[in-house]
Amino acid sequence: MADKVLMKGNEVIAEAAMQAGCKLFFGYPITPQTEISAYMAKRMPKIGGTFLQAESEVAAINMVYGAAGAGARVMTSSSSPGISLKSEGISYIAGSDLPCVIVNIVRGGPGLGGIQPAQSDYFQAVKGGGHGDYHMIVLAPSSIQELADITQDAFDIADQYRMPVMIMGDGMLGQMMEPVSFSNRKGRELPEKTWAACGTEGKRKHNIINSLYIEAEDLEKLVVARYEKYKEIEKNEVKWESYMTDDAEIIIAAYGTIARVAKTAIATLRKNGVRVGLIRPITLWPFPAQAFADAAEKADGFLTVEMSMGQMVEDVRLAVNGKKPVSFFGRTGGVIPTPDEICEAVMAMKEAK
Amino acid sequence: MKNNEIIIAGFGGQGILFSGKLLAYTGLVNGYEISWLPSYGPEMRGGTANCHVILSEEPVASPLVTKPTALIAMNLPSLKKFENAVVPGGVILIDNSLIDATVERTDVTVISIPATRMADEIGAKKLANMIMTGAFVKATGCTDFDGLMKGLEKCVPAGKADLLALNKKVLKMGYTFGE
Repeated sequence: MADKVLMKGNEVIAEAAMQAGCKLFFGYPITPQTEISAYMAKRMPKIGGTFLQAESEVAAINMVYGAAGAGARVMTSSSSPGISLKSEGISYIAGSDLPCVIVNIVRGGPGLGGIQPAQSDYFQAVKGGGHGDYHMIVLAPSSIQELADITQDAFDIADQYRMPVMIMGDGMLGQMMEPVSFSNRKGRELPEKTWAACGTEGKRKHNIINSLYIEAEDLEKLVVARYEKYKEIEKNEVKWESYMTDDAEIIIAAYGTIARVAKTAIATLRKNGVRVGLIRPITLWPFPAQAFADAAEKADGFLTVEMSMGQMVEDVRLAVNGKKPVSFFGRTGGVIPTPDEICEAVMAMKEAK
Repeated sequence: MKNNEIIIAGFGGQGILFSGKLLAYTGLVNGYEISWLPSYGPEMRGGTANCHVILSEEPVASPLVTKPTALIAMNLPSLKKFENAVVPGGVILIDNSLIDATVERTDVTVISIPATRMADEIGAKKLANMIMTGAFVKATGCTDFDGLMKGLEKCVPAGKADLLALNKKVLKMGYTFGE
C-alpha cells in the first residue's frame, strides 16, 4: 500500500479529484472549505489543469455547467450559503443531464449562519435545493480515507449516469487530519461522451446542451426517462455501513462525522450492557431505505442523531414505515453532539419504552 | 501503548496546531491510529487556539475530545476552559511562565514547566510549544525520544530540514525537564 500521509479533509478532496482526472476547478472561497480552492490553485497549474476563482458562486457553477457540457471532468466546492447560490445552476445541470462533482462542506445556517460544522443542508441536498423534478447522488463520507475514495468514485458515478454528484461533509471533516493513502484504484468502465459539445470538426451533427423544452409532452417524456434512470441508481448505488446491529435493541441512524461520535457512544453503552448499533448511510440519495426496513424487523426502535433540527430523520421514518418508534436527537447551529449526550438520548428512549 | 486523547490549547501563534500535528505524526510512525482536529472557529481569528489529537490502539471513533487524558495548556484561559474536562488520573501540563495560577484538581498529575522562559533563554521563544510537547511525551510514555524524533522527521517538510536540529534540541529540553 502507498505510504500514509496526514492531510486535512479539504486537501484530500482536492488531491483525490485531481487523481481522478479532474482538470478543471471553478470555485469561490468560503469557510470551512477554502483549503480546497487553495490546494487546487497551487497544484492544478502543475498538472496542466485550470483553477479559476470565479467572481461569485453563481458564476462558478455556470462555468461548471459549460465545462461539463464540453465533456470535461469538472468540480466546484463551497459551503452552505454558497451552495444555495449554486442551486439554480445545479438544477440546470441536472436538467441538461450533465456530470459534475459538487462539494458541500456544511456549516451552520440558515442565512450566513456560522462557520462551525453542521448537517442542516440535508434537505437541500437530497430533496432538491434547485427547482424541478430532479435528484443528485449525495455521498457522505465519515473519515478522511473514505473521503479520498469517495471523491474519486464520485467522478465515475457522475459520468456513468450523466448527473451531478454531491459530496457532503461538514466543517469537522474538512478541517481534520487523518492518515490517508491514495491507492491506484480501478475506475469504472465508462461510456464515451458522445453527447458532449466539444467541436464537431465537421464530422458529425452538432450536439446541443439544453434544459429548455417548451412542449409539455416533450418535457414530461424527458423527466420520466430521467426518473427511470434514478430507479436504476436506487438499485445499484445504495451504500451504507451496519455496525453492531445484529443484536441491537436500539439502532442509531447517523451519517458523516456524527456517525463516529455515535460509535464512541455505542462503545460506552455496550460496556454498560445496552445493546446499541448503528446504521450509517453513505449515500444519502439514494437512501438506504431497505437497510432500515430490514432492521425494523428486529430492533425495538431507532434514534436518529444529526447536527440539525431533524432532517434525515424524515427519511428514516419513511423507511421504518411506522413499524417501530423513531426518535431524534440533534444539536444545531454549529454545536456538535457529544458521546455523553447521545448516550443520554439512547437511555431516555430505552426508559420511555 | 494506551489511548491518548489530548487537548492542546493556547493563544494563536504559539504553535498549538503544529504541536498537535507533531504528536499526530509521532503517533502515526509509532503504530497508533490517529486523528487531529483543529479549532477553526472565531477563536482562530486572534484569540485562543486549540486542537484535539487522538493516539489510539483502535480506529478512532469520535475525533472530538470531550474527556481528555492529557491537557497541554499554554495560557490561563485554556487551563480554565479545559481543566475540569480532564479524566481522573490524567495529566495536565502547563507553561507556568505564562500561567500565573495553579491547577486546582488533585486527581490528576500536574506538570508545570517554564517553557516560554526556557525557550527564550536559548533564543527560541517561539519553540515553547516544543518544550511542552517533549514533556508530554515523557509524561505519558506514548513513545520514547527516538519515536518522537521519527515523528519530527516525518512532520517537518524537506524544505525546512534546517529547522530539525533546533527543534530536536528544544524537544529534548522538554523531554528531560526535571531530570
